[in-house]
Amino acid sequence: MSLITTANFYQTGKRYFRDFSPNDDFYEMLIETHRDLTDEQSALVNAKLILLLANHIGDMDVLAEAMKAAREDV
Amino acid sequence: MLKTYAYPKYQFRLPTGAGGDTVPRYPVVVVGAGPVGMAAAIDLAQQGVPVVILDDDDTVSVGSRGVCYAKRALEVLDRLGVGDPVVDKGVSWNVGRTFFREEEVYNFNLKPNADQKRPGMINLQQYYLEEYEINRLAQFDSVELCWKNKVVGVEPQDDKVTVKVQTPDGFYTLETDWLIVADGARSPIRSMLNLDIDGKIFMDRFLIADVVMEAEFPPERWFWFDPPFHPGQSVLLHRQSDNCWRIDFQLGWQADPEEEKKPEKVIPRIKAMLGDDRPFELEWVSVYTFQCRRMTDFRHGRVFFAGDCAHQVSPFGARGANSGIQDTDNLVWKLKLVMDGKAPPSLLDTYSRERTWGADENLMNSTRSTDFITPKSKTSLTFRNATLGLARKHPFARALVNSGRLSVPCFYTDSRLNTADTDAFGGDMVPGAAMDDASIRVNGEDGWLLDHVGNQFIALVYAPQAALAGADALLSDPIGVTTIAVVPAGGKALPGMMAFEDVNGTFAKAYDATPGSVHLLRPDQHVTARWRTFDAAAIRAAVARATCNS
Repeated sequence: MSLITTANFYQTGKRYFRDFSPNDDFYEMLIETHRDLTDEQSALVNAKLILLLANHIGDMDVLAEAMKAAREDV
Repeated sequence: MLKTYAYPKYQFRLPTGAGGDTVPRYPVVVVGAGPVGMAAAIDLAQQGVPVVILDDDDTVSVGSRGVCYAKRALEVLDRLGVGDPVVDKGVSWNVGRTFFREEEVYNFNLKPNADQKRPGMINLQQYYLEEYEINRLAQFDSVELCWKNKVVGVEPQDDKVTVKVQTPDGFYTLETDWLIVADGARSPIRSMLNLDIDGKIFMDRFLIADVVMEAEFPPERWFWFDPPFHPGQSVLLHRQSDNCWRIDFQLGWQADPEEEKKPEKVIPRIKAMLGDDRPFELEWVSVYTFQCRRMTDFRHGRVFFAGDCAHQVSPFGARGANSGIQDTDNLVWKLKLVMDGKAPPSLLDTYSRERTWGADENLMNSTRSTDFITPKSKTSLTFRNATLGLARKHPFARALVNSGRLSVPCFYTDSRLNTADTDAFGGDMVPGAAMDDASIRVNGEDGWLLDHVGNQFIALVYAPQAALAGADALLSDPIGVTTIAVVPAGGKALPGMMAFEDVNGTFAKAYDATPGSVHLLRPDQHVTARWRTFDAAAIRAAVARATCNS
């Protein structure tokens, strides 16, 4: 398995009529997660989020690929 | 300023019977001669209902204002007989490009491979649309378009609405069975009736400029995040007709609107954007803020609210005027059935239910775009810029870039007017869907499906194999249903039955049609029920359901 970089958001059981909807659903949820937090709190939430998701993915090759892509151009 | 367009001046007049000793009574009065109010009036006139329109001004919209008209609104305008001049004058486009700093990061095509009459979008200054609607209204003797008639009082009663009007000749009072309010975002009538509209103001300001110039940019929507010529903010460029270009600059909340409107402030911004010395002229400049909000209910007894007075969205996505035109598309056939005594007044409540559903979808999408374009916190900005950075290389991030999700119709999937599926179907043409168009041939002539349906209930039967028992009786019901066959390319209809030839197979594919399958269509070109076999009793029941008669 390699890193998925095509659009991949969905919600089980939800019918989407527009391609942009699942992407926008995710993005809103992400921004909402940070609502009313200080910058420092947000940084902490982001770090925890990465750790949770990384464990969920588990596959070290996929994680290495994602980390490399994230560091590019920074 | 203002060189490409000469504003017409319309003569003040009173509606027939007004201003005398007796109070005149009308079946329907529309307040507001904007794109939405006039769409309602045309629709009513086409149904044979006399209409009085009252407007406090004597000309069309000043400045380009509502610029983008989406496919669904164009299809409604086609049904109203205004589509052709609008599309002929407008600039058709399907491609949008999004830039981050100096690079293009994402583009979209609104109409990929579609076999449909209308493009995804056209750009046209709002004053042209209004002018074409006025021309259309002039074709009906039953329409009285009354300029310089300002509504100053509205008193709803059980059996009528009493309206007080101010004119250059003084005040008069009228009564109407029904009142359609389309008096804009600041809606004086909403205030007169003390009706709330809830939502939020966005803390940002935008400069709009209509600029006349010769330019070779293609007819596309170009959107910049943080461009070098306007750092830290966004810019939107649209081509309109007459070489008039619409440019929106994000200014930030701190900007002084009066200062920013001055040509000496605006011209350098445009020069920086164009990056050269090409000549241009400013036609119109405005600074706006916007709100995202809607009324709780669009129907209050005999008073209906439609368009901006009922709901306001951010401009990103062109969901304002487009959704207002869809409001009247939804309202007028229902009102006509109730006026004719063929449906109970409860049908009118479904106008509010269906259109608040649509408004909520528009509010959600335009708010999401706004939150992406103008991040509210440092973290949101970081996510935004990270998305744009990843978008250069990774398709998933391109799909997250949100510079406006352009107006598309909602699906009334939870409407009580729908008949739930009992047979299995694929595709998007579910009960509650606005119909997809398709090229068809009718009586040997090439045409489009949406030009041949609407204004009545229609049952489309795909490739019927045998005579349809009970179809004739459906036609003579109080709310008649016309049965039309759709046949595959080269196919023949049954004797005596009207047929649409599905020349490219577009209909069969979009509607997942199989021989004998039936799609029941509302007068506003929405699917309301579908079955795999023809059953007149089921159709009759579905029509009853779609009109609150069951």
